[in-house]
Amino acid sequence: MEMPAPNPAIMAKKAELVRRLSEVLPSDAVIHDEAETRAYECDALTAYRCPPLAAVLPASTAEVSDVLRICHEMGVPVVPRGSGTSLAGGALPTADSVILGVARMNAVLETDYDNRFIRVQTGRTNLSVTGAVEADGFFYAPDPSSQLACAIAGNIAMNSGGAHCLKYGVTTNNLMGVTMVLMDGTVTEIGGAHLDAAGLDLLGVICGSEGQLGVVTEATLRILAKPEGALPVLMGFDTNEGAGACVSDIIKAGVLPVAIEFMDRPCIEACEAFAKAGYPMCEALLIIEVEGSPEEIQHQLGLIKEIAAAHNPVDYREAADADEAYRIWLGRKSAFGAMGQINDYMCLDGTIPVSALPHVLRRIGELSKHYGLGVANVFHAGDGNMHPLILYNANQPGQLELCEAFGADILRLCVEVGGCLTGEHGVGIEKRDLMVDQFAPADLEAQMAVKDVFDPAWLLNPAKVFPLASSEGRRAVKIAAE
Amino acid sequence: MRPETEAELAEVIAGRETPLWIRGGGCGGVLPEGAEILETSGLAGIRLYEPGALTLVAGAGTPLSEIEGVLAVEGQRLAFEPSDLRAVLGLSGEPTLGGVAAMNVSGPRRIQAGACRDFMLGVRYVDGLGTIVKNGGRVMKNVTGYDLVKLMAGAHGTLGVMTEVSMKVLPMPEAQGCVMIDGLSPEVAVQAMSAALGSPFDVTGAAHLPEGVDGAQVTMVRVEGFGAQVEYRTGKLREMLARFGDVRVEVDADKVAAGWAYVRDLTGLCGVDGDLWRISVKPSDGPTVLAALGARKAQMDWGGGLVWAVVAEGTDVRGRIGTDGHATLVRGGGQPRFHPESPVNARLASGLRAKFDPKGIFNPGLMGA
Repeated sequence: MEMPAPNPAIMAKKAELVRRLSEVLPSDAVIHDEAETRAYECDALTAYRCPPLAAVLPASTAEVSDVLRICHEMGVPVVPRGSGTSLAGGALPTADSVILGVARMNAVLETDYDNRFIRVQTGRTNLSVTGAVEADGFFYAPDPSSQLACAIAGNIAMNSGGAHCLKYGVTTNNLMGVTMVLMDGTVTEIGGAHLDAAGLDLLGVICGSEGQLGVVTEATLRILAKPEGALPVLMGFDTNEGAGACVSDIIKAGVLPVAIEFMDRPCIEACEAFAKAGYPMCEALLIIEVEGSPEEIQHQLGLIKEIAAAHNPVDYREAADADEAYRIWLGRKSAFGAMGQINDYMCLDGTIPVSALPHVLRRIGELSKHYGLGVANVFHAGDGNMHPLILYNANQPGQLELCEAFGADILRLCVEVGGCLTGEHGVGIEKRDLMVDQFAPADLEAQMAVKDVFDPAWLLNPAKVFPLASSEGRRAVKIAAE
Repeated sequence: MRPETEAELAEVIAGRETPLWIRGGGCGGVLPEGAEILETSGLAGIRLYEPGALTLVAGAGTPLSEIEGVLAVEGQRLAFEPSDLRAVLGLSGEPTLGGVAAMNVSGPRRIQAGACRDFMLGVRYVDGLGTIVKNGGRVMKNVTGYDLVKLMAGAHGTLGVMTEVSMKVLPMPEAQGCVMIDGLSPEVAVQAMSAALGSPFDVTGAAHLPEGVDGAQVTMVRVEGFGAQVEYRTGKLREMLARFGDVRVEVDADKVAAGWAYVRDLTGLCGVDGDLWRISVKPSDGPTVLAALGARKAQMDWGGGLVWAVVAEGTDVRGRIGTDGHATLVRGGGQPRFHPESPVNARLASGLRAKFDPKGIFNPGLMGA
């Protein structure tokens, strides 16, 4: 992936920039030493690295506003950063940019059980939002795999999902209000503790805008009462088609599980070798979780078992208790770690219509042979969100490029069958240049027009989401103004 | 005018310099006198329906009744429960998918399932210059680029004319039940509804009618699911809410459905003269707002968070609802229909309208300045 060349005029202003930032922030919140800025050189897409000009760690909305105002006045690009767990390079800096990290803003500002919301500063981690309310029987529903580390700010920027979004939705469905700072330092409030904010749905377009429209510093999030209980069931199939048809029939029957996870043979083998969860060796494995009281769970599992039987599962295991439930989830939850043990891997994130599953898995198998790289599939089957993991050797010259070409082919395949490039990870730099495969120029123009309104100078995370050739004219305005 | 295809619509708009009022089924409100009307009813038809993928794609002009009929055959539905306000607005016409989407029309189930915007997976629309744009798609999880789908939802046509909408649909539950308490004050009713909504029983409706079907106060809590589940959950809620008053449980599906249609469609507010307001607030503020309005007739939905009220003509209720919320004038005139926005948000919104509709031809003046 290419990044725009740093602007030497901005690089030359580093001393002045650091001086001005230091006037509005405590000295330990302005990081400009070249060794120290390296801590911010990448996010979880570690193949790409570039230390920023400086990094700042503001502790309040007012400080964020000061930072953005100064950078705006000086024409310096700003890359917002939550916890740096983006798999798409959403928080990758350029050498002429300032990283704005929200990690110091992690307070809970208000919890209101009667009105079922929590208001937090956005540097707070996803799991610790639930942590703040679970003793009282509540939880925050979106649960990305990185939930232990990822920040709400990043969740909002990427509209993060998770395994349980089939029932509870993704971030945008659980976000009620924000305090946001625009690039020129203006602070605004949108929405609040009421539903469906007034006027145009600004909240809807901010969520998922990958930090390109503003920096969200505070968020009002919907919290829900925890279900009485939940239990998973595991089933194995000797074909991908069988597993896919089973998912479709369960959904058609009116059972709405909270999660339906799919793993293919390479993934099962790797997970089993790593976690020893006792998974059956078969072509496709489903983990389906349902919620409710013990009786409700048994009733739903009964229906699922009946439907599954028609598809001849080679294995079927219900969890009798929490320990067995843990073992069923163990392999799935360690899938990425298991892959990491074997090899370097790239995790993709396309979504497909559920009905296209067998075709897509077949094509991925063919592509795997063509490229000579292994691939394992983990998949949120209820909503069609695939996570093919392509295995490669980062130390072998040319393998990263080969892996990226393979990944691009898979994502184009997702688009071709009626799906999309990314279901929950975001575009970042990783899928930026594939946007032309999903969108016509007019579609991208309409999206960029939104950024023109929020950030006319194109200073916020400017080199992401849109192919560089598409956004060049807009980014050039800023450079010409120097 | 009534274009039959998206291409024809795009051509009309590209050559257009003067205002157009967009009309789906004509049940969203009264259009200005003498307005030139753009009918979307020619852009109709269900284009894709995959029950196993919970997905339906249809032309924006498709009648809602047609969609609901097709879904019902497969035991599915639009879970956001769009309300039908024709009776209370005194309008006839046939609600369309595009109209519902443009107005983000959502009923009592919004508190649990989400609003119309939460079920919109993708749109195609024609912007104010006649450019055809697509955004989102037909899959349930999609973060590819900016979410203009949400922006189109609830924009009341001011950003573009939707031509096609993709929806997420959900299974229709096997059973539904309603737990009712009579005679609660609005304050106590909201406490009871908050308790129910804060329970693990997945409440899908919580409303309070100061004058119910028989003229007395009633507070209603709905659960849906499999038969055994509804029986279990209504039983649990009955125990839980007993401290607020005498609790009744109704599990007859037709009666429960009729009761919630009454709430959803504002049946109790029909025939009451005056301006009709829709007020979205923090649920616990509902009773205070209700008391401050001096309404001729009113009801609370969404656990207290949605107040519908008929007040004397010309009353400006906006000064009476506090700062966490907004009020929309749904029936009546002489005041802006939409709640004034903060200066920054108003600037952003007018900036977006200027980008999407630079000639200012779509429903001019309906939203914002």
